[in-house]
Amino acid sequence: MSEEFKVEIVNPEKSFLVKDDVSEVVVPAFEGEMGILKDHISIISFLKPGIIKILSKSGDENYYVEDGIVEFKNNNLSILTSTIFNLADMDKSKQQDLLKQAEEEANKTDINDQSKYLADQKVEVLKTLN
Amino acid sequence: MASLDDLKKRIASVKSTQKITKAMKMVAAAKLRRAQESAEKGRPYSEKMNNVILNLSNGISDKENSPKLLSGTGQDKTHLCVVMTSDRGLCGGFNSNIIKKAKSYFAKILDEGKELKIITVGSKGNDQLKRVYGDKIIENISFKESKNANYFDADKVGKMVIEKFEAGEFDVCTIFYNQFKNVITQIPQAQQIVPLNNEGEENSSEESYEFEPDEDEILSNLLPKNISTQIFKAMLENSASEQGSRMSAMDNATRNAGEMVDKLTIEYNRSRQAAITKELIEIISGAESL
Repeated sequence: MSEEFKVEIVNPEKSFLVKDDVSEVVVPAFEGEMGILKDHISIISFLKPGIIKILSKSGDENYYVEDGIVEFKNNNLSILTSTIFNLADMDKSKQQDLLKQAEEEANKTDINDQSKYLADQKVEVLKTLN
Repeated sequence: MASLDDLKKRIASVKSTQKITKAMKMVAAAKLRRAQESAEKGRPYSEKMNNVILNLSNGISDKENSPKLLSGTGQDKTHLCVVMTSDRGLCGGFNSNIIKKAKSYFAKILDEGKELKIITVGSKGNDQLKRVYGDKIIENISFKESKNANYFDADKVGKMVIEKFEAGEFDVCTIFYNQFKNVITQIPQAQQIVPLNNEGEENSSEESYEFEPDEDEILSNLLPKNISTQIFKAMLENSASEQGSRMSAMDNATRNAGEMVDKLTIEYNRSRQAAITKELIEIISGAESL
Protein backbone atom coordinates (compact mmCIF):
# COMPACT_ATOMS: atom_id res chain seq x y z
CA MET A 1 0.00 0.00 0.00
CA SER A 2 2.79 2.34 0.82
CA GLU A 3 3.98 2.67 -2.73
CA GLU A 4 0.76 4.15 -4.05
CA PHE A 5 -0.37 7.70 -4.59
CA LYS A 6 -3.34 9.57 -5.94
CA VAL A 7 -3.79 10.90 -9.43
CA GLU A 8 -6.48 13.23 -10.67
CA ILE A 9 -7.00 14.28 -14.25
CA VAL A 10 -9.31 17.23 -14.89
CA ASN A 11 -10.37 18.80 -18.12
CA PRO A 12 -12.43 21.99 -18.41
CA GLU A 13 -15.71 20.11 -18.61
CA LYS A 14 -15.30 17.76 -15.71
CA SER A 15 -13.07 15.77 -13.44
CA PHE A 16 -11.93 13.21 -15.96
CA LEU A 17 -10.35 10.57 -13.79
CA VAL A 18 -9.56 10.05 -10.13
CA LYS A 19 -7.52 7.08 -8.97
CA ASP A 20 -5.84 6.51 -5.66
CA ASP A 21 -4.05 3.23 -6.15
CA VAL A 22 -1.48 4.35 -8.65
CA SER A 23 2.08 3.12 -8.44
CA GLU A 24 3.63 5.03 -11.32
CA VAL A 25 2.66 7.64 -13.87
CA VAL A 26 4.65 8.50 -16.95
CA VAL A 27 3.84 11.89 -18.42
CA PRO A 28 5.13 13.46 -21.63
CA ALA A 29 6.63 16.56 -20.01
CA PHE A 30 7.87 19.37 -22.14
CA GLU A 31 11.49 18.44 -21.81
CA GLY A 32 11.04 14.72 -22.20
CA GLU A 33 9.13 11.89 -20.65
CA MET A 34 8.96 11.93 -16.90
CA GLY A 35 8.15 9.04 -14.63
CA ILE A 36 6.59 9.93 -11.31
CA LEU A 37 6.70 7.61 -8.31
CA LYS A 38 5.54 8.08 -4.79
CA ASP A 39 7.32 10.77 -2.73
CA HIS A 40 8.53 12.58 -5.80
CA ILE A 41 9.60 16.14 -5.06
CA SER A 42 6.88 18.78 -5.59
CA ILE A 43 6.98 19.73 -9.19
CA ILE A 44 5.11 21.78 -11.75
CA SER A 45 5.65 21.15 -15.41
CA PHE A 46 3.69 21.27 -18.60
CA LEU A 47 2.96 18.68 -21.18
CA LYS A 48 3.52 18.29 -24.85
CA PRO A 49 1.39 16.00 -27.03
CA GLY A 50 1.97 12.42 -26.03
CA ILE A 51 0.81 9.46 -24.01
CA ILE A 52 0.17 9.42 -20.30
CA LYS A 53 0.76 5.98 -18.83
CA ILE A 54 -0.87 5.20 -15.54
CA LEU A 55 0.28 2.04 -13.82
CA SER A 56 -1.83 0.79 -10.99
CA LYS A 57 -2.93 -2.38 -9.29
CA SER A 58 -6.21 -2.44 -11.13
CA GLY A 59 -4.46 -2.38 -14.48
CA ASP A 60 -2.54 -0.05 -16.74
CA GLU A 61 -4.18 2.74 -18.65
CA ASN A 62 -2.98 4.89 -21.48
CA TYR A 63 -4.27 8.33 -22.40
CA TYR A 64 -3.48 10.56 -25.30
CA VAL A 65 -3.12 14.26 -24.41
CA GLU A 66 -2.39 17.28 -26.53
CA ASP A 67 -1.45 19.76 -23.84
CA GLY A 68 -1.68 20.32 -20.14
CA ILE A 69 -0.02 21.01 -16.85
CA VAL A 70 1.07 18.58 -14.19
CA GLU A 71 1.39 19.42 -10.56
CA PHE A 72 2.72 16.97 -8.01
CA LYS A 73 2.47 17.79 -4.35
CA ASN A 74 2.10 15.74 -1.18
CA ASN A 75 1.64 12.58 -3.20
CA ASN A 76 -1.19 14.11 -5.17
CA LEU A 77 -0.70 14.32 -8.87
CA SER A 78 -3.00 16.72 -10.71
CA ILE A 79 -3.06 16.84 -14.45
CA LEU A 80 -4.92 19.68 -16.11
CA THR A 81 -5.54 19.24 -19.78
CA SER A 82 -7.95 20.49 -22.38
CA THR A 83 -7.75 17.53 -24.74
CA ILE A 84 -7.55 13.99 -23.48
CA PHE A 85 -8.62 10.60 -24.88
CA ASN A 86 -8.48 7.17 -23.39
CA LEU A 87 -6.55 5.02 -25.82
CA ALA A 88 -8.79 2.06 -25.07
CA ASP A 89 -11.81 4.03 -26.31
CA MET A 90 -10.04 5.40 -29.32
CA ASP A 91 -10.62 3.50 -32.55
CA LYS A 92 -8.75 3.75 -35.79
CA SER A 93 -11.02 6.30 -37.44
CA LYS A 94 -10.73 8.67 -34.48
CA GLN A 95 -6.97 8.37 -34.64
CA GLN A 96 -7.01 9.07 -38.34
CA ASP A 97 -9.15 12.15 -37.79
CA LEU A 98 -6.80 13.53 -35.18
CA LEU A 99 -3.79 12.72 -37.32
CA LYS A 100 -5.31 14.51 -40.27
CA GLN A 101 -6.04 17.58 -38.19
CA ALA A 102 -2.55 17.60 -36.76
CA GLU A 103 -0.97 17.20 -40.17
CA GLU A 104 -2.98 20.08 -41.54
CA GLU A 105 -1.84 22.18 -38.65
CA ALA A 106 1.78 21.16 -39.10
CA ASN A 107 1.69 22.04 -42.76
CA LYS A 108 0.50 25.55 -42.18
CA THR A 109 3.14 28.10 -43.00
CA ASP A 110 1.84 31.05 -41.03
CA ILE A 111 2.38 29.63 -37.55
CA ASN A 112 5.25 30.32 -35.20
CA ASP A 113 7.98 27.88 -34.31
CA GLN A 114 6.48 26.72 -31.07
CA SER A 115 3.09 25.79 -32.44
CA LYS A 116 4.84 24.19 -35.39
CA TYR A 117 6.88 22.10 -32.99
CA LEU A 118 3.78 21.09 -31.07
CA ALA A 119 1.93 20.13 -34.21
CA ASP A 120 4.88 18.05 -35.37
CA GLN A 121 4.89 16.30 -32.02
CA LYS A 122 1.22 15.50 -32.40
CA VAL A 123 1.77 13.97 -35.80
CA GLU A 124 4.65 11.92 -34.51
CA VAL A 125 2.78 10.54 -31.53
CA LEU A 126 -0.32 9.77 -33.53
CA LYS A 127 1.70 7.97 -36.17
CA THR A 128 3.27 5.70 -33.61
CA LEU A 129 -0.19 4.74 -32.42
CA ASN A 130 -1.27 3.45 -35.77
CA MET B 1 -67.85 46.47 -20.36
CA ALA B 2 -66.26 44.32 -23.03
CA SER B 3 -68.65 42.13 -24.94
CA LEU B 4 -68.95 38.45 -24.16
CA ASP B 5 -67.23 37.49 -27.36
CA ASP B 6 -64.23 39.70 -26.62
CA LEU B 7 -63.86 38.26 -23.16
CA LYS B 8 -63.99 34.74 -24.51
CA LYS B 9 -61.24 35.53 -26.99
CA ARG B 10 -59.06 37.09 -24.32
CA ILE B 11 -59.44 34.11 -22.03
CA ALA B 12 -58.44 31.81 -24.85
CA SER B 13 -55.40 33.90 -25.70
CA VAL B 14 -54.18 34.16 -22.11
CA LYS B 15 -54.63 30.42 -21.76
CA SER B 16 -52.48 29.72 -24.77
CA THR B 17 -49.82 32.10 -23.50
CA GLN B 18 -49.88 30.24 -20.25
CA LYS B 19 -49.29 27.00 -22.08
CA ILE B 20 -46.22 28.45 -23.77
CA THR B 21 -44.72 29.85 -20.59
CA LYS B 22 -45.37 26.59 -18.83
CA ALA B 23 -43.59 24.65 -21.55
CA MET B 24 -40.68 27.10 -21.48
CA LYS B 25 -40.41 26.66 -17.75
CA MET B 26 -40.20 22.89 -18.12
CA VAL B 27 -37.54 23.16 -20.81
CA ALA B 28 -35.55 25.61 -18.72
CA ALA B 29 -35.78 23.33 -15.71
CA ALA B 30 -34.41 20.42 -17.71
CA LYS B 31 -31.64 22.51 -19.19
CA LEU B 32 -30.87 24.04 -15.84
CA ARG B 33 -30.06 20.69 -14.35
CA ARG B 34 -27.57 19.97 -17.07
CA ALA B 35 -26.05 23.44 -16.99
CA GLN B 36 -25.74 23.35 -13.24
CA GLU B 37 -24.06 20.00 -13.41
CA SER B 38 -21.50 21.13 -15.93
CA ALA B 39 -20.87 24.33 -13.99
CA GLU B 40 -20.12 22.27 -10.93
CA LYS B 41 -17.98 19.84 -12.86
CA GLY B 42 -16.03 22.69 -14.39
CA ARG B 43 -15.09 24.19 -11.06
CA PRO B 44 -12.21 21.85 -10.14
CA TYR B 45 -10.34 22.75 -13.30
CA SER B 46 -10.41 26.48 -12.78
CA GLU B 47 -9.69 26.10 -9.09
CA LYS B 48 -6.69 23.88 -9.73
CA MET B 49 -5.49 26.23 -12.42
CA ASN B 50 -5.75 29.10 -10.00
CA ASN B 51 -3.81 27.18 -7.39
CA VAL B 52 -1.00 26.34 -9.74
CA ILE B 53 -0.70 29.92 -10.85
CA LEU B 54 -0.73 31.09 -7.26
CA ASN B 55 2.06 28.70 -6.39
CA LEU B 56 3.98 29.78 -9.44
CA SER B 57 3.66 33.48 -8.88
CA ASN B 58 4.76 33.03 -5.29
CA GLY B 59 7.76 31.07 -6.41
CA ILE B 60 8.78 33.47 -9.10
CA SER B 61 12.19 34.89 -8.48
CA ASP B 62 12.26 38.02 -10.57
CA LYS B 63 9.05 39.95 -10.03
CA GLU B 64 10.11 42.85 -12.24
CA ASN B 65 10.39 40.74 -15.33
CA SER B 66 7.41 38.51 -14.75
CA PRO B 67 5.07 38.12 -17.72
CA LYS B 68 2.93 41.13 -18.46
CA LEU B 69 -0.28 39.13 -18.27
CA LEU B 70 0.43 38.62 -14.59
CA SER B 71 1.80 41.95 -13.52
CA GLY B 72 0.12 44.24 -16.03
CA THR B 73 1.58 46.75 -18.39
CA GLY B 74 2.28 49.18 -15.61
CA GLN B 75 -0.37 51.49 -17.00
CA ASP B 76 -4.03 51.91 -16.33
CA LYS B 77 -5.21 53.80 -19.37
CA THR B 78 -7.29 51.55 -21.54
CA HIS B 79 -9.86 49.20 -20.12
CA LEU B 80 -11.26 46.27 -22.02
CA CYS B 81 -14.57 44.91 -20.82
CA VAL B 82 -15.89 41.55 -21.91
CA VAL B 83 -19.62 41.55 -21.28
CA MET B 84 -21.08 38.07 -21.36
CA THR B 85 -24.80 37.76 -21.90
CA SER B 86 -27.21 35.27 -23.41
CA ASP B 87 -28.33 34.92 -27.00
CA ARG B 88 -31.97 34.51 -26.09
CA GLY B 89 -34.44 36.65 -24.28
CA LEU B 90 -37.33 35.83 -21.98
CA CYS B 91 -35.12 35.13 -19.04
CA GLY B 92 -36.19 37.76 -16.55
CA GLY B 93 -33.60 40.18 -15.28
CA PHE B 94 -30.68 38.02 -16.34
CA ASN B 95 -29.29 40.22 -19.09
CA SER B 96 -30.35 43.53 -17.57
CA ASN B 97 -28.52 42.71 -14.35
CA ILE B 98 -25.24 42.16 -16.15
CA ILE B 99 -25.76 45.24 -18.27
CA LYS B 100 -26.58 47.36 -15.23
CA LYS B 101 -23.42 46.23 -13.51
CA ALA B 102 -21.37 46.80 -16.63
CA LYS B 103 -22.86 50.23 -17.29
CA SER B 104 -22.05 51.52 -13.83
CA TYR B 105 -18.50 50.29 -14.33
CA PHE B 106 -18.31 51.96 -17.75
CA ALA B 107 -19.49 55.24 -16.28
CA LYS B 108 -16.78 55.06 -13.63
CA ILE B 109 -14.08 54.37 -16.21
CA LEU B 110 -15.21 57.19 -18.45
CA ASP B 111 -15.48 59.60 -15.51
CA GLU B 112 -11.88 58.93 -14.69
CA GLY B 113 -10.98 59.89 -18.21
CA LYS B 114 -9.81 56.45 -19.22
CA GLU B 115 -10.36 54.80 -22.53
CA LEU B 116 -13.00 52.12 -22.81
CA LYS B 117 -13.27 49.18 -25.19
CA ILE B 118 -16.02 46.62 -25.12
CA ILE B 119 -16.33 43.09 -26.38
CA THR B 120 -19.82 41.68 -26.16
CA VAL B 121 -20.41 37.96 -26.01
CA GLY B 122 -24.00 37.04 -26.74
CA SER B 123 -26.37 39.05 -28.88
CA LYS B 124 -28.64 40.35 -26.11
CA GLY B 125 -25.88 42.31 -24.48
CA ASN B 126 -24.91 43.78 -27.80
CA ASP B 127 -28.50 44.87 -28.44
CA GLN B 128 -28.70 46.68 -25.15
CA LEU B 129 -25.28 48.28 -25.19
CA LYS B 130 -25.01 49.43 -28.77
CA ARG B 131 -27.44 52.30 -28.31
CA VAL B 132 -25.33 54.06 -25.70
CA TYR B 133 -21.87 52.61 -26.17
CA GLY B 134 -22.05 51.67 -29.83
CA ASP B 135 -18.79 53.39 -30.72
CA LYS B 136 -16.93 51.61 -27.91
CA ILE B 137 -17.85 48.09 -28.96
CA ILE B 138 -14.92 46.68 -30.86
CA GLU B 139 -16.05 43.12 -31.20
CA ASN B 140 -19.29 41.20 -30.97
CA ILE B 141 -19.22 37.46 -30.58
CA SER B 142 -22.17 35.17 -30.47
CA PHE B 143 -22.33 31.42 -30.08
CA LYS B 144 -25.85 30.86 -31.26
CA GLU B 145 -24.87 27.66 -33.04
CA SER B 146 -23.33 25.89 -30.07
CA LYS B 147 -25.90 24.27 -27.85
CA ASN B 148 -23.91 24.15 -24.65
CA ALA B 149 -21.03 26.19 -23.42
CA ASN B 150 -17.88 24.46 -24.60
CA TYR B 151 -14.23 25.07 -24.07
CA PHE B 152 -13.41 25.78 -27.69
CA ASP B 153 -15.72 28.76 -27.79
CA ALA B 154 -14.18 30.08 -24.60
CA ASP B 155 -10.74 29.51 -26.06
CA LYS B 156 -11.68 31.59 -29.08
CA VAL B 157 -12.63 34.52 -26.88
CA GLY B 158 -9.53 34.00 -24.77
CA LYS B 159 -7.24 34.01 -27.79
CA MET B 160 -8.85 37.20 -29.01
CA VAL B 161 -8.26 38.88 -25.67
CA ILE B 162 -4.63 37.79 -25.63
CA GLU B 163 -4.06 38.92 -29.19
CA LYS B 164 -5.36 42.35 -28.33
CA PHE B 165 -3.25 42.45 -25.20
CA GLU B 166 -0.11 41.59 -27.10
CA ALA B 167 -0.93 44.26 -29.65
CA GLY B 168 -1.04 46.71 -26.77
CA GLU B 169 -4.69 47.56 -27.24
CA PHE B 170 -5.57 47.59 -23.56
CA ASP B 171 -4.06 47.55 -20.08
CA VAL B 172 -6.78 46.09 -17.91
CA CYS B 173 -9.38 43.50 -18.81
CA THR B 174 -12.53 42.73 -16.87
CA ILE B 175 -15.21 40.16 -17.60
CA PHE B 176 -18.86 40.56 -16.64
CA TYR B 177 -21.07 37.57 -16.01
CA ASN B 178 -23.71 36.24 -13.68
CA GLN B 179 -22.57 33.90 -10.99
CA PHE B 180 -25.04 31.12 -10.33
CA LYS B 181 -25.97 30.89 -6.69
CA ASN B 182 -29.33 29.19 -6.88
CA VAL B 183 -32.39 29.22 -9.07
CA ILE B 184 -33.68 32.54 -7.80
CA THR B 185 -30.40 34.27 -7.06
CA GLN B 186 -27.78 35.10 -9.63
CA ILE B 187 -25.12 37.59 -8.74
CA PRO B 188 -23.68 39.78 -11.46
CA GLN B 189 -19.91 39.69 -11.24
CA ALA B 190 -17.09 41.83 -12.50
CA GLN B 191 -13.87 39.86 -12.54
CA GLN B 192 -10.55 41.29 -13.54
CA ILE B 193 -8.52 38.81 -15.54
CA VAL B 194 -5.68 40.98 -16.83
CA PRO B 195 -3.56 41.73 -14.90
CA LEU B 196 -4.34 38.85 -12.64
CA ASN B 197 -5.03 39.95 -9.12
CA ASN B 198 -4.85 37.37 -6.41
CA GLU B 199 -5.84 39.74 -3.69
CA GLY B 200 -6.65 38.17 -0.35
CA GLU B 201 -5.54 34.77 -1.51
CA GLU B 202 -2.23 34.51 0.25
CA ASN B 203 -0.85 31.09 -0.19
CA SER B 204 -0.08 29.60 3.18
CA SER B 205 2.01 26.68 2.07
CA GLU B 206 5.66 27.50 2.01
CA GLU B 207 6.47 24.46 0.00
CA SER B 208 8.89 25.01 -2.77
CA TYR B 209 8.36 23.47 -6.14
CA GLU B 210 10.69 22.22 -8.72
CA PHE B 211 9.94 23.67 -12.11
CA GLU B 212 10.64 22.17 -15.44
CA PRO B 213 11.26 24.25 -17.53
CA ASP B 214 11.75 27.36 -15.37
CA GLU B 215 8.99 29.43 -13.77
CA ASP B 216 8.91 32.15 -16.36
CA GLU B 217 8.42 29.79 -19.21
CA ILE B 218 5.68 27.85 -17.49
CA LEU B 219 3.95 31.04 -16.49
CA SER B 220 3.99 32.52 -19.93
CA ASN B 221 2.44 29.31 -21.22
CA LEU B 222 -0.03 29.01 -18.42
CA LEU B 223 -1.40 32.53 -18.24
CA PRO B 224 -3.06 32.55 -21.66
CA LYS B 225 -4.65 29.22 -20.77
CA ASN B 226 -5.85 30.67 -17.52
CA ILE B 227 -7.64 33.45 -19.37
CA SER B 228 -9.50 30.95 -21.50
CA THR B 229 -10.27 28.94 -18.40
CA GLN B 230 -11.68 31.94 -16.56
CA ILE B 231 -13.80 32.84 -19.56
CA PHE B 232 -15.00 29.28 -19.80
CA LYS B 233 -15.92 29.32 -16.14
CA ALA B 234 -17.85 32.53 -16.70
CA MET B 235 -19.65 30.92 -19.63
CA LEU B 236 -20.65 27.91 -17.56
CA GLU B 237 -21.86 30.04 -14.68
CA ASN B 238 -23.69 32.22 -17.13
CA SER B 239 -25.51 29.39 -18.84
CA ALA B 240 -26.63 27.95 -15.52
CA SER B 241 -27.76 31.40 -14.42
CA GLU B 242 -29.60 31.99 -17.66
CA GLN B 243 -31.64 28.82 -17.32
CA GLY B 244 -32.30 29.46 -13.65
CA SER B 245 -33.40 32.97 -14.35
CA ARG B 246 -35.59 31.87 -17.23
CA MET B 247 -37.16 29.18 -15.12
CA SER B 248 -38.19 31.52 -12.35
CA ALA B 249 -39.34 34.17 -14.84
CA MET B 250 -41.49 31.65 -16.68
CA ASP B 251 -42.83 30.30 -13.41
CA ASN B 252 -43.98 33.79 -12.49
CA ALA B 253 -45.46 34.33 -15.91
CA THR B 254 -47.42 31.10 -15.70
CA ARG B 255 -48.80 32.05 -12.32
CA ASN B 256 -49.73 35.53 -13.47
CA ALA B 257 -51.46 34.12 -16.50
CA GLY B 258 -53.43 31.80 -14.22
CA GLU B 259 -54.57 34.73 -12.08
CA MET B 260 -55.54 36.64 -15.16
CA VAL B 261 -57.63 33.74 -16.49
CA ASP B 262 -59.46 33.51 -13.15
CA LYS B 263 -60.23 37.22 -13.17
CA LEU B 264 -61.39 37.19 -16.75
CA THR B 265 -63.57 34.13 -16.17
CA ILE B 266 -65.35 35.86 -13.29
CA GLU B 267 -65.91 38.91 -15.42
CA TYR B 268 -67.20 36.73 -18.25
CA ASN B 269 -69.67 34.92 -15.99
CA ARG B 270 -70.90 38.19 -14.48
CA SER B 271 -71.59 39.78 -17.81
CA ARG B 272 -73.28 36.63 -19.08
CA GLN B 273 -75.58 36.65 -16.08
CA ALA B 274 -76.21 40.36 -16.46
CA ALA B 275 -77.22 39.80 -20.07
CA ILE B 276 -79.64 37.03 -19.12
CA THR B 277 -81.17 39.14 -16.35
CA LYS B 278 -81.58 42.01 -18.74
CA GLU B 279 -83.35 39.84 -21.27
CA LEU B 280 -85.67 38.45 -18.60
CA ILE B 281 -86.60 41.94 -17.42
CA GLU B 282 -87.34 42.93 -20.97
CA ILE B 283 -89.61 39.94 -21.55
CA ILE B 284 -91.46 40.37 -18.24
CA SER B 285 -92.00 44.08 -18.62
CA GLY B 286 -93.10 43.48 -22.19
CA ALA B 287 -95.67 40.92 -21.02
CA GLU B 288 -96.89 43.22 -18.25
CA SER B 289 -97.62 46.07 -20.57
CA LEU B 290 -100.04 44.00 -22.61
